[in-house]
Amino acid sequence: MSQTIAEKILAAKSGEARVTPGQIVDAYPDLVMSHTATWRSVSVMKKIGANTLYDRDRLAIVLDHISPAKTEKYAADQQTSRNFAREYGIEKFYDVDAGIAHLVLMEHGHVKPGDLIVGTDSHCTIYGALGALGSGIGYTEVASVWVTGKLWMKVPTTIRLTLEGGFAPGVSAKDLMLHLIGRLGADGCGYKSVEFYGPALRAMSISERMTMANLAMEMGAKCVFIPPDEKTLEWLLPRLKDAASYKPVSADRDARYEQSIGIDLSSLTPMVACPHQVENTKPVTEVLGTRIDQAFLGSCANGKYEDLAIAAAILKGRRIDPRVRLIVTPGSKEIMLEAMRSGVLATLMESGALVTNPGCGACAGDGGMMADGEVSLSTANRNFIGRMGSNKSSIYLSSPATLAASVLQGVIADPRELYRGASQ
Amino acid sequence: MQDRIQGRIYKFGDNVNSDIIIAGRYLIYIDPAQLAQHAFEMLGEAFPARLRNFDILVAGRNFGCGSAREQASTAIKGLGIKAVVAASFARTFYRNAINDALPIVECPALYDAVAEGDEISIDLAKGVVSHAGQQYGFPGIPASVAKILELGGLANYLKSTLEAGKP
Repeated sequence: MSQTIAEKILAAKSGEARVTPGQIVDAYPDLVMSHTATWRSVSVMKKIGANTLYDRDRLAIVLDHISPAKTEKYAADQQTSRNFAREYGIEKFYDVDAGIAHLVLMEHGHVKPGDLIVGTDSHCTIYGALGALGSGIGYTEVASVWVTGKLWMKVPTTIRLTLEGGFAPGVSAKDLMLHLIGRLGADGCGYKSVEFYGPALRAMSISERMTMANLAMEMGAKCVFIPPDEKTLEWLLPRLKDAASYKPVSADRDARYEQSIGIDLSSLTPMVACPHQVENTKPVTEVLGTRIDQAFLGSCANGKYEDLAIAAAILKGRRIDPRVRLIVTPGSKEIMLEAMRSGVLATLMESGALVTNPGCGACAGDGGMMADGEVSLSTANRNFIGRMGSNKSSIYLSSPATLAASVLQGVIADPRELYRGASQ
Repeated sequence: MQDRIQGRIYKFGDNVNSDIIIAGRYLIYIDPAQLAQHAFEMLGEAFPARLRNFDILVAGRNFGCGSAREQASTAIKGLGIKAVVAASFARTFYRNAINDALPIVECPALYDAVAEGDEISIDLAKGVVSHAGQQYGFPGIPASVAKILELGGLANYLKSTLEAGKP
């Protein structure tokens, strides 16, 4: 009894009856994700002379960053990853057409409540949107888990966040997370697990939950949990190979939390992260009128169908400011197809957007590079200096609604103005 | 691995992220020497060469935050940096540094006491940093994990366990 979700999952995956924060366990992940970094893990296997995998069915490989290859070097590296997947019979292999690894793996039913998932990407925390423990590791460690099936993990303490009330029109999960990151800081949840609760959570879509679990990494979270409910079941069940594998893990009523924080969503306003750190957040009202040269709608944080649809609803029948380049990168093939069928892509393109193939795109510096002095507004999760090009360019982060309102004016704008208009 | 590390420090602030340490465009490399040519380049073109004049990096909170890119610790090693002492580390950097056999020391008390160019000495076995006659204690790396550092990183550790036939 008295265990948090992280404690229960780490105990189960390390064969312990129970574990306590601070304890170090040898845990066996259910899934090891590697993306464009796969070739590096392959090189480690070669270097140490290993040629056997612990369990090939636990590997998932998705070529999402810099896809399709933009130089011969990337092409050669992707070839190494592809050949490895073929040679070892990796069934969960997704090539350059699929999209961002995190979204692809969740859409294909490879992530389920209670799973332990590690991968070559810090935003593995996103798997917590479905109740799985996801955490990022490096490529050498991925190779080690491929071969041995396990890795050491320290059992984290847990912070409990309770959400009440509802968002005002024009305010969304992205604004909540930017608010939290600004309030708690870039290491506010360092080495810790975060569990979300509260009446407001039940109303949130799976897409919003993904945004939350993804962004929590930017306050240092080791892993994040949005406890599964009927919405999780409804979204996931048609995607799972085996319905019986759906076994939600919940915290005990008397679980011990390091800290409990309550937030009233109705008190939140649209937020923006200013250059060059995500914790440098401000209400959008403080940066209104900031000129933008480029806007990026995409990423594992906000490149989902709902995100594209929110922007399209604002841009429908309007033209973006001619001084702005709007780049839209759907997060996955599934998302792109849905946006194509529903007309969302057409609306975005008619408004002046450039739509790219699904994947990480400009967030990972693939296309949409920024020149000296340019300013970008992005729905991604990082605004670090030089991340999207010149170290003399700057990146602001916002929600899809704020981005859409801003591209219409060519400057950072408050989306609530548009919603006020719509409700009259 | 050496138990005692000594040298001149370069001092960073809080939240030095892994995009700053090595930009995404250089992740096509895994070789320490190639990565080091571009380490911290986002802070200015002269930065990689300048940092070669120092032996140890000292930083504030949350060093290595952001991306899980392992090349962040590899690039620092490639510069010839022998250790990083920070008030705290982001967990991905912490793991990657151990796996890369880059000694890391979590010692918040040292930060305010030192300035760029100061000499410090780190005793990894005793868990003590010495500076200007003062000593600052720090917690050791968990014993089960320290073995990875001792063997020169995770690849070596893995190789030795495979050779011993007990992964």
